[in-house]
Amino acid sequence: MSDIDTSPSLSARLAPLQSAIEPYLPLGRSGLLPALHAAQKIYGWISEPVAAEIAKSLRVPLADVHGVIEFYTLFYNEPVGKRFIRVCTDQACALKDADGLLNHLCAHHGIKASETTADRRVTIEASPCLGLCEQAPAILYGDEAETNVNLKTGSYELGRPRSIVYGQIRLLTANCGNGTTTSLTNYGEYVALKKALLMKPEEVINEVKSSGLVGRGGAAFPTGVKWDGTAKAAGSPKYVVCNADESEPGTFKDRVLLLDDPHRVIEGMAIAAYAIGASKGFIYVRGEYPYILPVLENALSEARQAGYLNEDFDIEIRLGAGAYICGEETALFESIEGKRGFPRVKPPFPTTFGVFGKPTVINNVETLCNVPLIISKGSAEYREIGTEKSPGPKLFCVSGDVIKPGVYEVPFGVTLRELLNMAGGPSTSLRTNQKKLQAVLFGGAAGAFATPTHLDVKLTFEDLRAAGLPLGSGVVMVFDERRDMRDSLARLGHFFAHESCGKCYPCQMGTQRQMEILNRIAAGKMQAGDLERLQDVGWTMTDASLCGLGQTAASAVLSAVKLWPELFKDEGGRMKDEVLMGNKKKNEMRKTQNVKSKAKKAKANTQDAKRKVQKVKAKTVAKKKSSRKTASRR
Amino acid sequence: MADSVSLTIDGQPVSVESGTTLMKAAQQIGVDIPTICWHQATTSNALCRICVVEVEGQRLLQPACIVKAAQDMKVQTLSERVLRARRTILEMLASTMDLSEAPAILTMMKEYGANAGRFPEAERRESEIKDDNPMYIRDYSKCLLCWRCVQVCADDAQYVNAINFNGRGFETQIGTFFDKSIPETTCVLCGQCVGVCPTGALKPKREYLLEQGMKPEEISVMNTGRKKRKN
Repeated sequence: MSDIDTSPSLSARLAPLQSAIEPYLPLGRSGLLPALHAAQKIYGWISEPVAAEIAKSLRVPLADVHGVIEFYTLFYNEPVGKRFIRVCTDQACALKDADGLLNHLCAHHGIKASETTADRRVTIEASPCLGLCEQAPAILYGDEAETNVNLKTGSYELGRPRSIVYGQIRLLTANCGNGTTTSLTNYGEYVALKKALLMKPEEVINEVKSSGLVGRGGAAFPTGVKWDGTAKAAGSPKYVVCNADESEPGTFKDRVLLLDDPHRVIEGMAIAAYAIGASKGFIYVRGEYPYILPVLENALSEARQAGYLNEDFDIEIRLGAGAYICGEETALFESIEGKRGFPRVKPPFPTTFGVFGKPTVINNVETLCNVPLIISKGSAEYREIGTEKSPGPKLFCVSGDVIKPGVYEVPFGVTLRELLNMAGGPSTSLRTNQKKLQAVLFGGAAGAFATPTHLDVKLTFEDLRAAGLPLGSGVVMVFDERRDMRDSLARLGHFFAHESCGKCYPCQMGTQRQMEILNRIAAGKMQAGDLERLQDVGWTMTDASLCGLGQTAASAVLSAVKLWPELFKDEGGRMKDEVLMGNKKKNEMRKTQNVKSKAKKAKANTQDAKRKVQKVKAKTVAKKKSSRKTASRR
Repeated sequence: MADSVSLTIDGQPVSVESGTTLMKAAQQIGVDIPTICWHQATTSNALCRICVVEVEGQRLLQPACIVKAAQDMKVQTLSERVLRARRTILEMLASTMDLSEAPAILTMMKEYGANAGRFPEAERRESEIKDDNPMYIRDYSKCLLCWRCVQVCADDAQYVNAINFNGRGFETQIGTFFDKSIPETTCVLCGQCVGVCPTGALKPKREYLLEQGMKPEEISVMNTGRKKRKN
């Protein structure tokens, strides 16, 4: 290495890096992710001398820097293309032929997924959910969102993604859906913060407690109790963290809130900071939302100029780098600290041992957006919205087979039928021109499936719990009768195998085995005993995993096993279409036979292509991540 | 004198000092809870989850290596859920890596009725042996990711941080900075990683060569031979 280090060309090449990472030097290890992002902005990827320079500058061991690069899928330690095309292939986009889009783009550039063109101009990757589900199929093109891509017409939208907002009320989304970011001038004064500052911190906490607000990120923990615990915890400084690592497949509400109304989030954080005595805040935004960064930075500087953020409390943005697990609160802390996003063992909980080991309140974006509402209205008036046990407004992310996908703001208590009718089907009214409803994925990949029998379930925490459905992060992904649920399950399986951090055994190996079995089922190649294997693996992950990811990685699959046992019964290699078509009318079959056989062929081709892509991907990953796989092939 | 807490484990009452883990509490009454990643010299990360037990009132199984005994706790160390989790974890391990030199785990598999062939067509973590330094070899086909080597290399003992993780999830593997050979890293050949490895993934080079059929005198000749070539 010494000869490399002294080469004058190298030091010239490292000069822009040194000045780019200078602001992060005081952060030490915590500056690692920002520094790696900065390096990638300059060089496109992170080479060995660049990683070594960062390690030296931030005083992080070399192996640890490498370990961090290896953990996050948006960091590259091998050369990649100048332009990055990431095609979402998760459920919502898959319903809009994301596979076809990916294949088309690959063919167009003459490469396979996870490959770079020879001239290093383009790299194409299949991506986990990009949070653009209501505008599927979607691509992240460089740092821009490319949505509603239509191969037939050649049309697409590029740039800042649209915010599509519907519903019965507009409280959280009052400033959303206008096509622009609400500036501080338009947002107005932080009225709720001003009101809170006239109250005692414990009065603010009590107001939040009596509002009945619970977390909107998925875990539904009472927000006031969290704040109280952190306020009373010994240790300083204290932190407020906004979890904007929105990565649950099918979830996109936080993207809309942050892009259209960032001041509401900032005001919520400032109120939380006052209530618990925090001096510092972080907004951790998922790496797949790079276009939110400038919007947030601008809003923060507006808030600073207006004096809402000051030396008593200020906020720093952190950008993730492609790791669903970092939405888990303790993994998110580790990531802010510049480490691999491994979830920690709990207890201790964030209230006493959060980021940097200090008492921390961590809340989801939507949760924080409720706070200004609660303080300015007062908890009593706030509780008039929704039901007694689930007070307040709720955002649902409706995607899939509906006419009007988007963010729906409703009071807790509307039924699934009402929500779907607002979104225009499918099917709840059995209108002749619409397909029938087959299933709804509730709460995201970590959620569970509902069927038409659940249409009259009220969307509240208590009613959903009674129906065995998780509210999760508010995902309502709709599948009509045409859909192959096994394909959807296989995508779930792939998602969790891709996103498992690898720390605890049940999830590390269980997500892999689950994916393998689900792939067999989707391919109509189920083996004897696969259903039992799937359930043993599923329950072991659910019961014994270390964190919420593993504990819910089988949740949707196990719900499908209960709802549709017939999907898991083709041991002996029966063709899957036989089973699938069992539910459909025979004359319908005859009518569309020609079309179907064509479609079937096309599908088989896509699936072949998909499998090939997966293989290639595995190969490339192996090449990138270690020499292990290639070595074993030799 | 620390406070003591009373609990029952598999129906047997036991009193232990507060702060005692369920694993240690169980040992006091002769109940053996299996462990894989746990080691007295390293920080417990509760990651293998083989030590999970069922605690009344808890939705999820609890790792006995770190969960502390509490007053009136009711613990089941062999409930059906516990047995399913342990058996499945062991079966997944067997389908993933080479356990031939992990006798403790092989015994555990017998004890829990785990079927090594449970998962057909399962992707295995295979790797070529890395023989890149005079002191030890690395055979990551045998690595079950207990993390102990990484821990002793870092804050649990040696503070040299020569190794960390490559990849993530099922694809995780212990690795060095840009996959450099051991002599090119900060490794000081202290050997502590070899000492804590439970599966023979890390092995003294001499032991490895003896297993390959070399005789002790051949090995010593090999070593002196190297020195001679240098002159």
